[in-house]
Amino acid sequence: MGKQITRRDFLKAGGQILAGGIFFSAVSMVIPRVAGSADGDIVNSKWQQTWAKQTWGFVVDTEKCIGCGMCVKACKEENGVPMDEEVFRTWVERYVMAAGGQTHIDSPNGGLDFNAITIDNAKKSFFVPKLCNQCDNPPCTKVCPVGATYKTGDGVVLVDGERCIGCRYCIQACPYGARFLHPQKKTADKCTWCYHRITKGLLPACVQVCPTGARIFANLQTPGNPVSRLLETKRVDVLKPALGTEPMVYYMGLDKVVV
Amino acid sequence: MTGYVYPNEIEVNWGLFIVLYPYITGLVAGAFIVSSLYHVFGKEDLKPVSRLSLVSALAYLMVAPLPLLLHLGQPLRAFNILWTPNPNSAMAGFGYIYSFYMIVVLLEVWFIFREDLVHYADNSTGVTRFGYRMLTLGARDISPPTLAMDHKIVTVLAMIGIPSAAFLHGYVGFIFGAIKANALWSTPLQPVIFLMSAVVSGIALQILIYAAACKFRKRRIDMACLKTLNKFLWAFLIVDVLLEELDLLQKAYEAREAWPAIHTLFEEAIPLTHFTQIWIGAFIPIVLLIIARWDRVSNAAQRLLTIMSSAMVVIGVFAMRFNVVIGGQMISKSNVGLTSFQAHLVADEGIIPTVGILVLPLIILVVLIRILPPWLEGEAAMTGDH
Ligand code: SF4
Ligand code: SF4
Repeated sequence: MGKQITRRDFLKAGGQILAGGIFFSAVSMVIPRVAGSADGDIVNSKWQQTWAKQTWGFVVDTEKCIGCGMCVKACKEENGVPMDEEVFRTWVERYVMAAGGQTHIDSPNGGLDFNAITIDNAKKSFFVPKLCNQCDNPPCTKVCPVGATYKTGDGVVLVDGERCIGCRYCIQACPYGARFLHPQKKTADKCTWCYHRITKGLLPACVQVCPTGARIFANLQTPGNPVSRLLETKRVDVLKPALGTEPMVYYMGLDKVVV
Repeated sequence: MTGYVYPNEIEVNWGLFIVLYPYITGLVAGAFIVSSLYHVFGKEDLKPVSRLSLVSALAYLMVAPLPLLLHLGQPLRAFNILWTPNPNSAMAGFGYIYSFYMIVVLLEVWFIFREDLVHYADNSTGVTRFGYRMLTLGARDISPPTLAMDHKIVTVLAMIGIPSAAFLHGYVGFIFGAIKANALWSTPLQPVIFLMSAVVSGIALQILIYAAACKFRKRRIDMACLKTLNKFLWAFLIVDVLLEELDLLQKAYEAREAWPAIHTLFEEAIPLTHFTQIWIGAFIPIVLLIIARWDRVSNAAQRLLTIMSSAMVVIGVFAMRFNVVIGGQMISKSNVGLTSFQAHLVADEGIIPTVGILVLPLIILVVLIRILPPWLEGEAAMTGDH
């Protein structure tokens, strides 16, 4: 038998290994941050200037929506959301209320496939387009374990598809059902208000194609923009205000039965 | 599907693997606590299971991250949780808490089995000898003072281990409890409920493993040990049921907008697993466990009743995890509809891989037991009936 290693030696060595481990993990935690913030500064200064010039506003006028589903289709095409899968960045809901107080709600294939229905004693009916509310206090970004989903300086909540691990925690956290796992990319996906378009001065695809003007979008910093005008002169509401998410999509003509 | 469900909610996002995750970590926490009851609190009665439960905890702990990993859309990026964690996310803590806990358990196993390892190394030859020598990490001094030191270290480790086990599992409860969008999950009681059911499932599992081990080794079950386990199981079960029912009662009484949906969920969508959770997993075992401690009942009946109750509890807790994880997602965020859940056989976190992951720790346990036999000397052999 060779030299006996004493317990003391062993514990000492163990302690050193442990200390080394802690040091290493501490360093590895700090390094990416430092590196990240270094190029982050350059990126930031460019974006900071862009963000300073824009604050987005989105209004949905439910009185105008006719449930044609053009927005749903345009959105899927614009954003690479598979047309034949039941996942949606935006969708349209139909509400039909009967005299007895019964409400029928549906959104067949997200509103792409509305067909006529017969409801006895129907008195009131309307459509409600839905999309991510780009919450000012978003519960979805808070829960992401890797920080893959975040809020930009101009208030849009985005998902970094290269960072997302597909754990779907954010999908659970969104109270509006606005998120889904992209069937092909296997990462979280949701409405971005067409960030790639709006940052180039274009309108979101859904707003662009809506034939009745039920979706109104603008940079609130542009003088005389339609969204500011509406927010200043009309009564508006948001979805599920009690949850404290502070939605940034405003609704006109909302009814208490809207979920 | 009933009522109106948001179009993105037609598929349930967290499937059976995420049912396994709290279930398995719960078993780990529970098994560890059983072993600590002896090591820290000096519950001498539990000596026959103390080492066995520690090894079981290790076996289950090894499997715990597997369902999570397999569930990820991008499993290759799993380590991002460690490299770039988001401090605001409850889930981000998993990697750290898990690793820490793993270290504690491994150290404890090593210190407890070190003396055995040295003996095994001395009494074997060839590869086996080499293997055991490696496992001793070169620390082959087994003089009484060193062993006494080992003992002290084990106590300290177990003392660190208890709060870590509680944290590991309470935190799993927080992952669910902190989601305000989900009416069933969102309650500050969730971490405590998860912790209690974890302890309950862990003790019950330990009873089963111990009974099975005795059967295979033709040893008699130590009645004092079994009775103590029975008592602990019973006490924790009562606290667990109390908390779960309190939570439900409060939800029913407050009758917020989501209550009708929760009610329909239990009554119509998952009545079977709900029944299993409440009756098979709690009320019936609570009664059986009392009977099993009654002196007028024969030893054989006491054993049978305790083992039966444990099996029921283990199933009941699984049903509870299912009801929370899957049931909670079946309630649409619209609060006016329920989506349906269809378990596949193989694909999409199917039933067969789920059963596979449930069996895996037992296989690991058998292997671990072969390497590190946790048995104590002087156990009574099975002689005749009793
Ligand atoms: S609507 Fe949902 S996905 Fe969009 S920001 Fe709010 S919580 Fe996040
Ligand atoms: S699915 Fe992706 S974006 Fe969502 S919480 Fe998980 S890692 Fe973050």
